[in-house]
Amino acid sequence: MTDVDQSTREAHWAKTKGLMITTLIIWFIFSYLVHWFADSLNNVTFLGFPLGFYMAAQGSLVIFVVLIFWFARRQHSIDVEHGVAEDEDKPSGRWN
Amino acid sequence: MSIIKGDFIDNLPKVYGLYTGGFVIFILLMAILEQAGLGADTIGILFVAFTVVIYAAIGWLSRTMQVDAYYVAGRQVPAVFNGMATAADWMSGASFVAMAGGIYFGGHGYIAFVVGWTGGYVLVASLMAPYLRKFGCYTVPDFIGTRYGGNLARFLAVCVLTLASFTYVTAQINATGTIASRALQIPFEVGVWFGLLGILLCSMLGGMRAVTWTQVAQYIVLIIAYVVPVIWMSNKQGFGLIPQLVYGDAVMRLGELETLHGVGTKPTEAFAGLKALTVAHYEAGTTFAAKWKFVTLVFCMMAGTASLPHILMRYFTTPSVKAARQSVAWSLFFIFLLYFTAPALATFTKLQVLDPNLATGIIGKAITEVNALDWIQKWSNVGFLAISDSNGDGILQINEFFMRGDIVVLATPEIAGLPYVISGLVAAGGMAAAMSTADGLLLAIANALSHDLYYKIIDPKADTKHRLIVARVLLIVIGAAAAFVASMKLTSILGAVAWAFDFAMSGLFFPLVLGVWWKRANRQGAIAGMFFGLLTGTWYLYMVKWGGMEPWLYIDHLRFGIIGAAVSLVAMIVVSLATAEPDEETQRMVDEVRIPKGESVLSSTH
Repeated sequence: MTDVDQSTREAHWAKTKGLMITTLIIWFIFSYLVHWFADSLNNVTFLGFPLGFYMAAQGSLVIFVVLIFWFARRQHSIDVEHGVAEDEDKPSGRWN
Repeated sequence: MSIIKGDFIDNLPKVYGLYTGGFVIFILLMAILEQAGLGADTIGILFVAFTVVIYAAIGWLSRTMQVDAYYVAGRQVPAVFNGMATAADWMSGASFVAMAGGIYFGGHGYIAFVVGWTGGYVLVASLMAPYLRKFGCYTVPDFIGTRYGGNLARFLAVCVLTLASFTYVTAQINATGTIASRALQIPFEVGVWFGLLGILLCSMLGGMRAVTWTQVAQYIVLIIAYVVPVIWMSNKQGFGLIPQLVYGDAVMRLGELETLHGVGTKPTEAFAGLKALTVAHYEAGTTFAAKWKFVTLVFCMMAGTASLPHILMRYFTTPSVKAARQSVAWSLFFIFLLYFTAPALATFTKLQVLDPNLATGIIGKAITEVNALDWIQKWSNVGFLAISDSNGDGILQINEFFMRGDIVVLATPEIAGLPYVISGLVAAGGMAAAMSTADGLLLAIANALSHDLYYKIIDPKADTKHRLIVARVLLIVIGAAAAFVASMKLTSILGAVAWAFDFAMSGLFFPLVLGVWWKRANRQGAIAGMFFGLLTGTWYLYMVKWGGMEPWLYIDHLRFGIIGAAVSLVAMIVVSLATAEPDEETQRMVDEVRIPKGESVLSSTH
C-alpha cells in the first residue's frame, strides 16, 4: 500500500468528488438541458445559425472538449496539492 | 527484430508526419494519373489496396511475443497518439458512412447521436479511465474480476463484453465488406472475407501494440478523407476554408427551401431501403415526446460509450494516470474534428440537391433532365437511389426523390462534381474507419476470452507462449464467426451499433462506476447488477422489437439500455446492502485506485 496517510486520502477524495460533481453538472446542462429547449433556442440566431441546432451540431461538442481538458488539468493540480500525483521518474516528454 | 521499440516512441511525430506526407503525395499522384486518363475503377482499387497494405505492414512490424505488449501495447503510448488511436477505434463505418446521411434525413432529432457519442467521453474521463489505468488491468473483465473477486463476476463481465462487442463487430465487418466489394468490384460475400483478412493482418501478430499503431495511421487517412471533400465542396459554394464555422446561412436557407419544396408531404410510393426527405433540417421537436426521445437517446449513447470495453481498454495503454486523463481529452478532440463536420456535410449536400439556384439542384427540375445526370444513373443502377414521377407532372418533387442515407458521404463528391480521386479517397477513409473499429472490437473480445476466461478461469498455470497462441487462435475464430454473421446481412449498420451501446450500459455501466466510487459495492451486488441488468435489457429489446410490446414511455429498441441500466443499478445497490461489506483488502484496493501515486494494483505482467 502506498505510503499516504488516511486524512490526506480523505481530503484528496473529497476534492476529487467535488470536481467530478462540478464536471457532471456542466455535462448535464450541455447534454440535456440545452437540447430540451432547442425549439425555443432556434428563435435566437448565433453566428448565423439557429441556436438550438447550433448547440446540438457544434456548441455542446466544443464545450465537452474544453471541459475534459479543463478537468484533466484541475484533477492533476488536486493530485499535486495533496502529494498523491505520480512520481516523475516515469517517461514524460513533450508527447506524454 | 521489431523496429517498434525504444526510440520509435520518441520519433512518433516524425514517423507519422512522414506517413501523412506520403499519403498526400499518393493522393496527388492519383489526381495526376486521373488527368492522364486512368480509369475511375482503377483509382478506387489503388486507394483501398495501397492503404490496406500499409496497415498490414505496420501490423507486421509491430509483432510481439510479450504479454504486456500484446495486451496493453507495453503501456507506453503517449496521450496525443493514444487519442488518435481511440478516435479511429471509436469512429466506425457508421460514423463515417451513415452519420451525415442520418442527419440529412433525420434533422435535429438525429443529431442526438452526435451529442451522445461525444458527451460520453466526459463520463469516461471523470468516472472511469484514470482509475482503470491505475488499477493496471489488461481487460475490462480483469477489473471486475479483481475488484469484486471470484470467477462468476469475471465470467459475467466477459459475457456482457462479448455480447456488446460482437453485435458491434458484425456491423463493422459488414461495412468493410460493402466498401471492399464496391471499390474492388467483387461480390459482397467475398468482400466480407477480404475485409476480415485485412483486419486480422493488423491485429493478429502484435495484439494491442499493432492495433495502436495501425489505428493512428487509419485515423490520419479517415480524417483527411472526410474533411477534404467538405472543404472542397464548400469552397465551390463560396463558404470559405473552414466551412464548419460559417454554414449557418446554409442552414437558414434550407429552412426557406423546405417551405418552397413542401418538405413534409408524405411520398405516395415506397422503395425498399430508400427514403424520401420528409423531416425539416433544423427545427427541433416541440412536444414532450420529441424532447424526451432526444435526451433518452443521448443518455443511452453516453452511458454506452463509457461502458464499451474496446474504448476503455485504449486508456490502459498510456504511460501514466495523468496521461490517461489527457488522452481522453485528445480522443474527444480528434473525434470532434469529424463529428462537427458531419452536420456541415449533411447541410451542404442537401443544399446542393434542393437549391434551384445552384447548377446541381435537382428538385423542381424536369424528370428527364435529372435522369440524364451521371451520378443519378450510376447510383440508381446499384439500387441506392430511385426517382419516380408519382403525380405525373414531369417535374421532380421532393417526395418523388428517394435515396439511401449512405449516399450522402459516398456520392457527395460526384453530386458536387468533384474529381474521381476524391471518391477513391472517401472509399479508403470508410475502409479505415470500419477496419480500425473492427480491430479494436475483435481484440477486446479475443483478449477477454484468452486472458479472463482461458488464463484466469480455466488454466491459470498456462505459460506466456501458450496464452498468446490461444489469444491469436481466438482472434481468428471470432473474426470468422463475425464475418459469417455479417455475410448473412441480418441487420442494417446503425441498428446493430445502437444495440451494442445498450447492451454494454445494461450490464457494465454501474458495476464499473460503483467499483470505483462506492466502496460498499460487493461481489454479490456486482453479480446481481450485471446479471439482472443484461437479462432485463435483453428481454425488453426482444419484447419491443419482436414481441409486439408497446414501448414504455417511448423507450424503443434503440434505447433499451435505460431499462437494463436502471434495473442493474437497483439490483446492485439492494443486493450489496443486503450482504456483507467487502473485506478490508478490497477496501484498501479501492483506496489505492483513487490516488494516482504508487504501484498499480495488478502487477505489470499478471
